[in-house]
Amino acid sequence: MTDTGADPLVIAGEEFGSRLIMGTGGAPSMHVLREALTASGTELTTVAMRRVDPSARGSVLDVLAACGIRVLPNTAGCFTAGEAVLTAKLAREALGTNWVKLEVIADEHTLLPDPVELLDAAEQLVADGFVVLPYTSDDPVLARRLEQAGCAAVMPLGSPIGSGLGIRNPHNIELIVERADVPVILDAGLGTASDAALAMELGCDAVLLATAVTRAQSPATMAAAMRHAVEAGRLARRAGRIPMRRYAQASSPFEGLASGRANL
Amino acid sequence: MDIAIIGAGAIGLATAWKAAEGGAAVTLIDPAPGSGATHVAAGMLTPVSELTYGEEPLLRLGLASRERYPSFVAELEELTGLGTGRRTDGILLVAFDSDDLRYVDDLRRFQESLGIPSEALTGREARRLEPMLAPGVRGGLLAPEDGSIDPRRLTAALLAATERTGVRLVRRRAAGIVVERDAAAGVRLDDGTEVRADRVLLAAGPWSGDLDGLPPGTVPSVRPVKGQVIRLRTRAPFLGRTVRGLVKGSHVYLVPRADGEIVVGATQEELGFDTRVTAGGLWELLRDARELLPGITELDFAEVTAGLRPGSPDNAPMMGATGLPGLLLGTGHFRNGILLTPVSADILSALLLDRPVPDIAAAFTPDRFTADRFTAEVSQ
Repeated sequence: MTDTGADPLVIAGEEFGSRLIMGTGGAPSMHVLREALTASGTELTTVAMRRVDPSARGSVLDVLAACGIRVLPNTAGCFTAGEAVLTAKLAREALGTNWVKLEVIADEHTLLPDPVELLDAAEQLVADGFVVLPYTSDDPVLARRLEQAGCAAVMPLGSPIGSGLGIRNPHNIELIVERADVPVILDAGLGTASDAALAMELGCDAVLLATAVTRAQSPATMAAAMRHAVEAGRLARRAGRIPMRRYAQASSPFEGLASGRANL
Repeated sequence: MDIAIIGAGAIGLATAWKAAEGGAAVTLIDPAPGSGATHVAAGMLTPVSELTYGEEPLLRLGLASRERYPSFVAELEELTGLGTGRRTDGILLVAFDSDDLRYVDDLRRFQESLGIPSEALTGREARRLEPMLAPGVRGGLLAPEDGSIDPRRLTAALLAATERTGVRLVRRRAAGIVVERDAAAGVRLDDGTEVRADRVLLAAGPWSGDLDGLPPGTVPSVRPVKGQVIRLRTRAPFLGRTVRGLVKGSHVYLVPRADGEIVVGATQEELGFDTRVTAGGLWELLRDARELLPGITELDFAEVTAGLRPGSPDNAPMMGATGLPGLLLGTGHFRNGILLTPVSADILSALLLDRPVPDIAAAFTPDRFTADRFTAEVSQ
């Protein structure tokens, strides 16, 4: 019996049919972005609040509205908890959503999360009624602390933002998945479709990516590839993979072959 | 034929000149000619180093315009006696670190696949061309046929050319389009008076959608994309040609002029009609410029400006008829307005005068966004 029926992603009690969350940074044009978002099938997409004016016409927010995609504001570009909290509040006011992708980065060169500032900001935002989705390093302990702080999901990186290096520490991602009671969303570092499939096979509930699509030679084609990869990886996880073996094990039995041949 | 043109940036000015030269009675409407993106622009003439995947039609338009530039500038100088500071000494694209070099190599392969000549250089070779470059630069690409122009001198010359050819300049803001019998019949000014015209060209950059009287959907989305630009001055020779740099993934360019000005740009910000100059914008430009050319800190600061590029959904200009008969659109030139000025003036003046339009214009009509052909292809 196949088990490929409805399998929504649930974050803070809200359901999403797609397990691919998109970012918008890096697209060469609004037209290309729109094609890519459409091809990805995404239902939730992040927008850097420091880089848009919510009242401007023709902006990325208009593109998302036209595509019927829910906006997830993020705090990209913030280096301190103070900046991130302020940015989240401005986003809530401007967009009327209390959801936020929380991003507090440590330095411009690696764009790695600053764990101390991140946890600090998460605590403040949860206390203020936000649904917080923190972009975090792949540290299982930090992921647990963020969950304990009341975050609605944890979003560990596969590798640094925009690097396309894939999932550098799959073991840590598995450890995070094993312990988490909130959705685990692999965020950052994915380069191509197999990276997204691997994230889902490791047990992540969703994947968040931007650069791998927006800076691909054909963004819409890569977006379609990512959509299929996320679906394939999720199905593989649900199906349950076979154990690995050292030696071969024939898929059809050898028994009876000799007598079968004799009849030819 | 009476023609009204709204917007006296580079595109509006050049089209007004060419349409008047072609025999039309042209009225050009702008409260402050040449004060928008044209005033801020650095004036790189570089279809080659701006090449982006999926934007090959735009490359071809840029190449056509670059080829048109020598005769365009010669006509302009002959008519007005004014120079434009055009340079044809090539543009050097340099990569700061190994990641940047991978991007530059990819760009070179893409250029090669399209038959565009560009020359790969090692870091040493790049520094031989431009000795002020930081010792660590990893390599680069020379686009030998690219160059630059001074948009402010170009504007002054175009303004003089419109005067010489009898264009009437109305220094007022256009408030609306006069529509009669479902067709454009002129322009209503902010003082309530009207400029009657058989044809109206809307070349008002990011403000092109803001006029009263436009039926909904007449003008496709043109959005403002802010750019902050710094102007420095040098007393000693500093740069021999325009240098574009990719510095840890971010872009910066430096455009030198014969009089010692060096233009450093530009940020690209989606912040609506906001022209504030910000600490962060200046810092990012100077940070990257200094990584690339450490000696930059010794130069004199001259000016900082912020302007609004007219961005179309696919970064390419929208030139041609709109849903309203008699109203034409000539905007959406985004980062390439100065480069595309000659070819746009040829296309738009031909459209206005009912003359044969260059074939290349077919890919840039405003109605191309109505059919989402790309999306249909991918979803199959």
